[in-house]
Amino acid sequence: MKRIAITFALMLPVVVLLLLTSASPCLAQIDHNIKPVNGSAEAKVGGLTGHAAGEQQGGIMLYRRFCVGCHGPAGDGTGENAQWIDPKPRDFTLAVFKCRSTPTGTLPTDDDLFNAVTRGFDTTNMPSWRPLTDQQRANLVAAVKSFSPRWQNEKPGTPITIPAETPINIESVLRGRALFQKMECWKCHGPAGHGDGPSASTLTDSKDNPIRPYNFSTGTRFKCGTTNQDLYRIFMTGLDGTPMPSFNDVLKPEDAWDLVHFLRTLQPLTTQEASLWKAYETAHRSEIKPIGPDNGAGGSK
Amino acid sequence: MKTKFFVTLAAVVLAGSAMLVAAGPPAGNGTITGKVTYTGTPPKMKPIDMTKEPSCAKQHATPVTTENVMTGPGNTLEDVVVFISAGDAGPAEPSGAARYDQKGCQYLPHVLPMQVGQQLQIYNDDQTSHNIHPLAKTNQEWNKSQPAGSPPIDTKYEKPEFIPVKCNIHPWMHGYFVVLSTGHYSVTGQDGAFSLKGLPAGKYTVTAWQEQYGTQTQDVTLGAGESKAITFSFKALPY
Repeated sequence: MKRIAITFALMLPVVVLLLLTSASPCLAQIDHNIKPVNGSAEAKVGGLTGHAAGEQQGGIMLYRRFCVGCHGPAGDGTGENAQWIDPKPRDFTLAVFKCRSTPTGTLPTDDDLFNAVTRGFDTTNMPSWRPLTDQQRANLVAAVKSFSPRWQNEKPGTPITIPAETPINIESVLRGRALFQKMECWKCHGPAGHGDGPSASTLTDSKDNPIRPYNFSTGTRFKCGTTNQDLYRIFMTGLDGTPMPSFNDVLKPEDAWDLVHFLRTLQPLTTQEASLWKAYETAHRSEIKPIGPDNGAGGSK
Repeated sequence: MKTKFFVTLAAVVLAGSAMLVAAGPPAGNGTITGKVTYTGTPPKMKPIDMTKEPSCAKQHATPVTTENVMTGPGNTLEDVVVFISAGDAGPAEPSGAARYDQKGCQYLPHVLPMQVGQQLQIYNDDQTSHNIHPLAKTNQEWNKSQPAGSPPIDTKYEKPEFIPVKCNIHPWMHGYFVVLSTGHYSVTGQDGAFSLKGLPAGKYTVTAWQEQYGTQTQDVTLGAGESKAITFSFKALPY
């Protein structure tokens, strides 16, 4: 009798295990088995090499723990939380990324992806993953690269060069303002940068989801960084997968810095640019042409 | 350094010409001609309101319309790309750059066929900025600003694909790049007619592609110097 009881007690965990591993419909509803196209992807960040493969701390295992809920088991941005999220989680199978140091239409560098994972995306559901170690984040970059065959067939673009910033003065701000008119930034971002230009309501991203142009009055941070260099890089490389084009071929570096200086006046910040503009605006109120159709500040007539 | 460059250049040129001789598609004089028509009721094309862009609006005496289903008299379909999708020896030497114009806030032509690797030049003839945004999926997507007076954008595509093109600033602007791995293609005009010339004898698959109605294929066997006529008919829906 006792022996039977012991045998039963020993068998019980085996039976439970068998039950758990068999295809129970209750457990099979959410498939969290990660499906990379290249399970051995790697990423080079600084002196670190990130690995998608590996037990527990490998990129794919970390992805399964931290990322799968939104980005999905296939990395296509259709995780179980995705339906509640706007902007939608990135689809890694396309390998199209907003925040790049590389020209439009090219793959970003591993550092670009590492910075994105580290920084997170302001005004979206993507948090900063700084609490993870550098090695863990490098492994996650490798996991991101495991979902698209592009990473095996193509090389990342060459990052654009950002020359030293030009001096900040009112002339630079005014030239930047004329460019904001001439380059027709206002058509989407609005005459005051409030994201309310005439084309704003028609914009969709490359997956046909509605998308808003950046409203400069909402905050102090951009999705792809906070510094003047980041701002320069954003409009020069463009945000791939969105309506924001690249201006790298049509703006000279000095023009681009002028535009950066003007854009700073649109933000709710006490910056050198903003105070220069405020002083100029007060002194020359009658001369300033509004930005917008027909009677712009300069450029298009 | 310089010598090395020229040696490399010469080698590349030699290899290139050798490839042309060896792998160049055999010339032929067979022809496949025909017509693309529709049955049913196609949608009415809607007039485009360009008042938000006066510099473009004034270029059009009568309002232009959307162009996703363009038809002609006798139920013909315009802007259908007809091409050899199987049986062809491969891409031919392109006769030059494919040219795409942005004029009057419209894409000219609406559908632009080209070969893989062929030079593509995109011009902005307008007095306003455009952003040119080909929504490629197989090829890499890019998006570039092209203000008035900018030089043409020079690019190419390496993989066959039907790529929708749009301008986000002017949401009505809509067109297609059709990247093909064959030199034998034709776009139908208002009469719906197409013609694929210079085909050697062989078994071919001919595909007709319309942006809203998708593709249709037909198999054609061509003798040496033979001419064959085929027709494609798409089922049109009013929405």
